[in-house]
Amino acid sequence: MDFGFGINRSSTIDLTKTDNGLFRRVCSEEPGARTCMACGSCSATCMASDLSGMSIRKVLLAMQRGQDIRHMLSKCMLCGKCTMVCPRGINTRRLVLTICRLYD
Amino acid sequence: MIDRIASGFNPFVIPFLAGMAFVLGYCLISMIRIVLQLSHADRKKFLISLVTPGVIWRNCRDIFCDCLLHVKLWKRNRLLGYMHSSIALGWFILIVLGHIEVLLFVPGRINLFYYPIFFNFFVAENESTVQGKVLFFLMDFFLLVVLSGIFLAMLKRLRSRLFGMRRTTRHSLTNQVGLYALWAIFPLRLLAESFTAHISGGSFLTVPANWVFRQFLGNDLNMLPTWWAYSIALCVFMVVLPFSRYMHIPAEMMLIPMRNAGIRITSARRGLARLEVLSCPNCGICIDACPMSADRANLKDCTVYLTRQIRRGNEKRIDEISDKCLLCGKCQELCQVGVEGPKLRVAQRASRKYPISPDFSDIDVKGSGISAEKHEVAYYSGCMTRLTPSISRSVESLLRKAGVDYTWIDRDGGLCCGRPMLIAGRTEEAREMAARNMELIISSGAGTLLVSCPICYRMFTEEYTLPGIRVVHYAEFFDELIRQKRLTVEKSDVCYVYHDPCELGRGCGMYDGPRRLLSHAAFLAEADRTRGESVCCGGSLGSISLDFEHRKSITMSSLENLYSSRADAIATACPLCRSTLARYSDRPVRDIAEVIDNQTKES
Ligand code: SF4
Ligand code: SF4
Ligand code: SF4
Ligand code: SF4
Ligand code: SF4
Repeated sequence: MDFGFGINRSSTIDLTKTDNGLFRRVCSEEPGARTCMACGSCSATCMASDLSGMSIRKVLLAMQRGQDIRHMLSKCMLCGKCTMVCPRGINTRRLVLTICRLYD
Repeated sequence: MIDRIASGFNPFVIPFLAGMAFVLGYCLISMIRIVLQLSHADRKKFLISLVTPGVIWRNCRDIFCDCLLHVKLWKRNRLLGYMHSSIALGWFILIVLGHIEVLLFVPGRINLFYYPIFFNFFVAENESTVQGKVLFFLMDFFLLVVLSGIFLAMLKRLRSRLFGMRRTTRHSLTNQVGLYALWAIFPLRLLAESFTAHISGGSFLTVPANWVFRQFLGNDLNMLPTWWAYSIALCVFMVVLPFSRYMHIPAEMMLIPMRNAGIRITSARRGLARLEVLSCPNCGICIDACPMSADRANLKDCTVYLTRQIRRGNEKRIDEISDKCLLCGKCQELCQVGVEGPKLRVAQRASRKYPISPDFSDIDVKGSGISAEKHEVAYYSGCMTRLTPSISRSVESLLRKAGVDYTWIDRDGGLCCGRPMLIAGRTEEAREMAARNMELIISSGAGTLLVSCPICYRMFTEEYTLPGIRVVHYAEFFDELIRQKRLTVEKSDVCYVYHDPCELGRGCGMYDGPRRLLSHAAFLAEADRTRGESVCCGGSLGSISLDFEHRKSITMSSLENLYSSRADAIATACPLCRSTLARYSDRPVRDIAEVIDNQTKES
């Protein structure tokens, strides 16, 4: 369809060398993950934060930086506290399961 | 009554025989396969139960009540019950009577399989006896009963609301073929028997019909085509039976013994799970029952569509349906066959593999908030209650007022009970968490474990082994304290409606306890749909894929139902229900503990 105008592809050049492939794969299945505003509500309520420093906010950040998140995720109890408090309505519980599934 | 055809055979019985041979062979093979799919221990248990006298009796009783009489459907809606039992029981009696006729009048033919079915074609009435009259009367009577059932079945397709159902299932092509064949069988039987009634004899239905037909079709040539048609209708029905919903007839007869043997679902597709899937007649009762139906987008995600997709092997849809369900258990509660929709889904979730598995084995629970001295009662709030501090505050305040010697074992955090993990399908990880928590609870040395969250309560009672420790929900515990006069509660004039949390009500069967406790402090009203039929709040952790915004319509319909009671406020006994309902409710939502605490005097 031709609206008489188009949108140019972003011309930003990404100079970072980190491998954030996991983050991109996760986001393609869970677009909600991109809407996280790092408010930290999930960090405050996370049951597993004492055990492994787990929090959804940190996991999302670490994945974008290409850092390993296995240790953090290994203590998530799928308790859903983060989902209950997330102001963005991100389905964080499913997000955890998706990350666990796509991790390699 | 004498044989009319010397050979006792006519080619029109061939379709019937072929259909019968096919269906018997098919069912036998699939039933044997299901038994072979059971684990070794389960198979042994099942086979032993088949020869245990007590179980045999229960099996016979249940098969009679559920498959023929449809007792559970009668309780639900009389018209629906009559429709099903008239067809099932009526047909069964017709077959039995057919055999009695053969035994009585032409006993030499009893070894011919088709004789009882086509009896009227093969005999001629040479003398009229009382026995014959009575039998023919009964045959016509039960044929009429079945025909009335078929008529109601047709009516149900047009006006399902008469039968207490808002929505019915959309049927696939095979199901429709089966349905029309079933509808055709009995009118054709009436026609066939009517055309032959002046030879074989008949009763109040067939004789007048015969007279009418002879007025304008006065020719015996019509006899054979109708018998052919009847036999072909039977054949079509039996040939599509294994591939349509009518497979539920043989499957349910095997499901009942297997359930009575105490076998549980362990895999998503094999053994008992397979049998439950086959036993679903697609009646569609679970469509109206399902709280997700509040949103039209979810109409195809209730249990009837799960069983259908599993039979079709549509993996993508099976996964979608399995992940969406709230596991509220209402479909199972209302299903007259007893298809365990939630368990089938959890088994499906458990079949997935993840490269990352949580590991809790290295956690040391000792020392996490446990004081050295022993207390009578250990209070486990669980993470849900910790996120709703008003509840834990009320529970503590009540314990203090009653002077109970208690300790709050997870005050400073701890592990989740494991149920959210379990219902996400990660069984091993959940077991690991349970093991850690069992250590924690046992090391506290308390004789009573008090909980304020139904999710934990169900997990503790179903999956934990806590020798010598009484697990109690506060609804029962505080009621006891009040009756022992350790708490003095003053009744307010506020009227509350109680929302049954799924995990406490359908999950643990606790309906009266919370109501009794609440009635100490307030007046009680009941919603339209209540107890076993209550509507999930929509916040359930059972659903993996339902997003925040897609839960709203479910919560709204749950609230609509509660508003129907016209109560001033809503009370519940689950921290998750409380926060979910409070989000959209136009009147106050309280946990029972808060209500009681408000009305309890400081002692
Ligand atoms: S589900 Fe996992 S990430 Fe979310 S609060 Fe619970 S433990 Fe933390
Ligand atoms: S609560 Fe939601 S929005 Fe806030 S940091 Fe966590 S995931 Fe992001
Ligand atoms: S699951 Fe039960 S209620 Fe639902 S259609 Fe099947 S038999 Fe009916
Ligand atoms: S368990 Fe509840 S939400 Fe799930 S299909 Fe059954 S009625 Fe619907
Ligand atoms: S919060 Fe609602 S969905 Fe969850 S267990 Fe309680 S009643 Fe069921």
